[in-house]
Amino acid sequence: MKIAIMGLGGLGSNISILLAKNRVPSLTIVDFDIVEPSNLNRQHYYVDSLGMFKTDALKLQLLEINPSMDVITIRDRVTEDNVISYFGDYDIICEAFDNPMSKAMLINSLLENRPNVKIVSGSGMAGYESANLIKVHHRFKNLYICGDLHSEAKVGNGLMSPRVSICAGLQAQTILNIIN
Amino acid sequence: MIVNGETFNLKDSITLKDFLTLQGYDITKVAVEKNGDIVPKATFSEVFLYDEDTIEVVRFVGGG
Repeated sequence: MKIAIMGLGGLGSNISILLAKNRVPSLTIVDFDIVEPSNLNRQHYYVDSLGMFKTDALKLQLLEINPSMDVITIRDRVTEDNVISYFGDYDIICEAFDNPMSKAMLINSLLENRPNVKIVSGSGMAGYESANLIKVHHRFKNLYICGDLHSEAKVGNGLMSPRVSICAGLQAQTILNIIN
Repeated sequence: MIVNGETFNLKDSITLKDFLTLQGYDITKVAVEKNGDIVPKATFSEVFLYDEDTIEVVRFVGGG
């Protein structure tokens, strides 16, 4: 089963760690960015990883959890034009982007071209509202959205570790449920 | 018409793009399923909605 995690921020880094701990044998991790100090409040990286590409920093951690894990890294920006050539033969796509337009682009491009791919997405996990509002929403035939669907990251309502981790946990659990 | 599980009284047929705009959605941040199938983004202004349709609109917010 081919699984890709798109975006290795607060959601994607934590989801990847949880899947490695659950002995998922193979994972493709995708991001173009480097680890910056402002990431460390919620993303699964350490001071030692600052300045590294997120793909490289996360791969090191995944292999420390499970040395026999097959980790494929893709250091690129996913766009409408390359998403199908990269991920057309994947079974499960985990959407963990930050930008809402990128989330919509990815999901539309995939579902228009690959109606059978299962997508596990995150939407609405910023701030400090009750964590109980974060749920798995099974929308569309093959789309699961984890989050409270409304808490947008913005000035005065930032992304903090507890809610981001809860959302990541739900996304990881949903992926495991699809696999099994 | 059924929109996200709730009844919506659609008097006249309307394009999906116009419907979403009138409902306050930013169409760059949504995905839409109509009668169980994804609606390609490029066709939003050509697809007409009728009262017997069922649509699901998913709106994405930033953060991840």
